[in-house]
Amino acid sequence: MSARLRVNPIMCEAHGLCAELLPELIRLDDWGYPIIDSPDVPPELLRLARKAADACPTLALLLEEGRE
Amino acid sequence: MEARTPVSALLTGPQGLPRLLSGLSETGATMTLADHARVHGVLPRTSPRELIEAVHRSGLRGRGGADFPTAVKLQAVAQRSRGGAVLVVNGSETEPASAKDRLLLTRLPHLVLDGAVLAAGAVGAGEVIVKVGEGARGSLQALDGALSVRADPVPIRVVAGPEGYVAGEESAVVQLLNAGVPKPTFVPPRAFERGYRGRPTLIQNPETLAQIALVARYGDRWYRELGTDADPGSALVTISGAVAAPGVYELAFGTPMTDLLSAAGGSTEPLQALLVGGYFGTWVDTSRAFGLRLAREDLRSVGCSLGSGVLIALGESACGLHESARVIAYLASQSAGQCGPCVYGLRAISDAFGALADGVANERERERVRRWTTEVRGRGACHHPDGAARFVDSALAVFGGEIDWHRRQRCTALPAELPVGNREPRRATAATARRAFRR
Repeated sequence: MSARLRVNPIMCEAHGLCAELLPELIRLDDWGYPIIDSPDVPPELLRLARKAADACPTLALLLEEGRE
Repeated sequence: MEARTPVSALLTGPQGLPRLLSGLSETGATMTLADHARVHGVLPRTSPRELIEAVHRSGLRGRGGADFPTAVKLQAVAQRSRGGAVLVVNGSETEPASAKDRLLLTRLPHLVLDGAVLAAGAVGAGEVIVKVGEGARGSLQALDGALSVRADPVPIRVVAGPEGYVAGEESAVVQLLNAGVPKPTFVPPRAFERGYRGRPTLIQNPETLAQIALVARYGDRWYRELGTDADPGSALVTISGAVAAPGVYELAFGTPMTDLLSAAGGSTEPLQALLVGGYFGTWVDTSRAFGLRLAREDLRSVGCSLGSGVLIALGESACGLHESARVIAYLASQSAGQCGPCVYGLRAISDAFGALADGVANERERERVRRWTTEVRGRGACHHPDGAARFVDSALAVFGGEIDWHRRQRCTALPAELPVGNREPRRATAATARRAFRR
């Protein structure tokens, strides 16, 4: 099963929780908005990725699971 | 402009050029329905399948900037339509240096509307909406006049929306129609899946539709008589800058870039670079640009695309850095203000680039611009940051060598006044922008 991270940039308000919870995949730009260099989530990080998506205060971080 | 096609030979298309611009009056008048019928004949009846297949064989690609195969787009909407699809003619033309859509809508509205009716039939759309910018008075007037004398099988209405660079982006057009807000939305769903009122929506550029009107009449073989195998047909190109006769020209694909400039009266001074594809486009220095043809493969080889068909010639008396700084400032100001990376990123890029052009920034600033243009790409809801980043990268590649020189002495180049904004008087805009950059 594949999982991909995406940000809805309109919803994102640069709270930055995602980068704290998932620094392996998410870093912040100079203004605090997330940069995802590679959107594919390896299986061992899936749990953390779900946590990060759930924690996003504006629901801007999307974890798309099980899609091709 | 050219000999009228006799009625007996209606289905023989014009030989050579012009095609789209056949019969264009030299007085600037809108072509009447009667003249339109004399030049191109009446609208042919084609089955949806026949038309989509003919468009497929013609190799026609969208002329709004995305360069996407038109038949694929038609097919995608036709498949989902079930009679409920909508066709939107996207006549926003928010690219400040483009004038082709306005030319078509003001002077040849019947050709565009023919294409709209054909495309609507092909995808099973029950409604056509023509969207233009509210400043495009000529287009609005010509469309009203044209619609009042036509008897079309599908209802067609005109919607005028606010101007602004991103207001012409597909999802922004859909949101304008749905909610009165001319701003892009987060996609998917894309318009062809769920657009106007949640229905499958085909969004096409006026030139693309005008080309469809010709393909339906004269066939895909005729269409391919001009151009190259990979890029068949003709295109409208808006040529401006340091040329003697700036304007919209219809040219065959495969035409050498130097012939494009000749078509516009030739250059008025030695040129240093061409901007290809408008403000989401790419600067190409003349040593490379003069060897190119108007063809995707040639343009791709130097990292650019035709975009919406804009070509700007920059003379040697102008300063590429300052001209680019003005354009970047304009693009930054045109962010819809929704996505952080676009709002803050483009503003920072613009400030830093302006400082580089003014000779008050060092190599570190240049490295920051480079990092930011990499970082903002793909991080907006629409492609505004991507297009702006591409423009900036090409400006650094072509004019970057002059940054050092600017740091050492005052730049004495003359303003070339690339247009920024559709509605402001050009002179005032240029003066304002220069003040902003000469701190």
